[in-house]
Amino acid sequence: MKSTLFNMVAVLFTVTLIASAGVGAVNMITADAIAEANAAATTAAVANVLPEFDKTDISEQTIDDMTIVVYTATKGSETVGYAVESMTKNGFGGAIRLMVGFGADGKILNVNVLQQAETPGLGTKMTEEGNVLLGSIQNKNSWEVDFKVKKDGGELDALTAATISSRAYYEAVARAYEAYKVACGYQETADGVSGATAQKGGQNE
Amino acid sequence: MEISYFAIIIGAIFVNNVVFAQFLGICPFLGVSSKVDTSIGMGAAVTFVMALSSIVAWSIQEFILVPFQIEYMQTIVFILVIAALVQMVEIILKKVSPSLYQALGIFLPLITTNCAVLGVAILMIQKEYNLLQSFTFSVATAIGFAMALVLFAGIRERLELDGVPAALKGNPIALITAAILAMAFMGFSGLV
Amino acid sequence: MNKMQIVLNGILKNNPTFVLVLGMCPTLGTTTSAINGLGMGVATMAVLIMSNFVISLIKNFIPDKVRIPAFIVVIASFVTIIQMLMQAYVPSLYASLGVFIPLIVVNCIILGRAEAFASKNGALDSILDGVGIGLGFTIALTLIGAVREILGSGAIFGFSLGIADYMPLVFVLAPGAFFVLGYMMVLFNKFAKK
Repeated sequence: MKSTLFNMVAVLFTVTLIASAGVGAVNMITADAIAEANAAATTAAVANVLPEFDKTDISEQTIDDMTIVVYTATKGSETVGYAVESMTKNGFGGAIRLMVGFGADGKILNVNVLQQAETPGLGTKMTEEGNVLLGSIQNKNSWEVDFKVKKDGGELDALTAATISSRAYYEAVARAYEAYKVACGYQETADGVSGATAQKGGQNE
Repeated sequence: MEISYFAIIIGAIFVNNVVFAQFLGICPFLGVSSKVDTSIGMGAAVTFVMALSSIVAWSIQEFILVPFQIEYMQTIVFILVIAALVQMVEIILKKVSPSLYQALGIFLPLITTNCAVLGVAILMIQKEYNLLQSFTFSVATAIGFAMALVLFAGIRERLELDGVPAALKGNPIALITAAILAMAFMGFSGLV
Repeated sequence: MNKMQIVLNGILKNNPTFVLVLGMCPTLGTTTSAINGLGMGVATMAVLIMSNFVISLIKNFIPDKVRIPAFIVVIASFVTIIQMLMQAYVPSLYASLGVFIPLIVVNCIILGRAEAFASKNGALDSILDGVGIGLGFTIALTLIGAVREILGSGAIFGFSLGIADYMPLVFVLAPGAFFVLGYMMVLFNKFAKK
């Protein structure tokens, strides 16, 4: 077809209009299903990091400008644990989201990595079962952990050749711990997690 | 509380090199990398467009898509923005600097379908970078792309002169060479 | 043209991966396992069939100068639709394919077929071309994924073969992708492209 200014504009406009309408319609159909799938994934992650429970209460906190969600799990009338959905933006590939489970006694029960974009084969080891990051904090009393890798003068192991990823992982867990302290009533307001560990990530790290 | 810019730059150029680790921009990588000269031109053109598109895409995401809650339109909007941007760059370059246009012109239309450009725009949003981080990330990625292209072109110019078995000629030998280069780039992962 | 021939052409003579060498980014980036390769192939095929169909219908109403932008809008819409459907119904596959789903938009295969086939042929032939090319792409990706999964993690379609400890992990990492694709092209050149 020959191009004139009028038919070019008209055709492009019509195509775009129909296309957006179609996409919008599919969005309306799938929005609920996507929300459901996300909710199912979150529920599974909560169940994965906590002992058996009947129901969870959800509360939100803002720590270091990030939204941290706490799921307080109860069985009968007893609180059995807290699952904290925490995050950091300091991963090697940007944001990392974790679900951290704290027992009613303050023990770190389990950590489930929800989202990460670390280097395949190195930083991605944080998602594997029995990795050293989880191994160094699992079943420890959360108040006794310093959340620092050995390279920064702490006590925790890091993944081989993935110090930045490891540091970010512990930072996110530390942020979860701050949220947990508020949720269990130990503290009124949450402290920020010190950024010192991130700023050290300068040369030759 | 920011990831250091140094880590973003080293990460994007070496450790997570866009071609060798993330597999973006493979088509121009295989297509344009047979001569060092053309690959420098392509690298420069990509760097230019990526730097611009990162700013525009970030602003659109932050000020239009998120406030109006139409994040699901991201793919459509970004590809249109990149296509329009490439057109604009072409027109402006033609008017303002004909000599630069001569050097980069033929590569510009190819950039719209270079998945590295759209890929970087989507990735920087996914990584939740701020504007300056996004810009740094895009430029560093583009430099990594240009470097991969030039390195590879140098090797391919030599390969031309060597006796390669018939079945391996062309793309297969290029891919196998890329495999060895990718292995070399894995050595950089110890940097962080 | 014989209808069956159109489909077969896409799988063998015009195989998008081994012969046309198009769409290399997802081919290399998503084939860490057979199931990922299959998922990516099917998603691309779905977009290709739908965009080929729509473009063959609207080709006569589109002025030449805005042909490419109009095609891109059509393709991008279908990609977004596939993206939302996958997010809703196969979230784990969606997560493992990551950025490569939105990047179907810039997959040269799709725009290439729109230009080379759908804009010149009727609706039925265009759909068949989409099926053929899509199948060729899916088969190639699944094969590459299977080879990398067996060699790299000692499993196939997620079923462990119990040999994981003896397998070089490098095949699921970046170099393995280039390596396997390169040598599979050699085999294809040697035996299939006669």
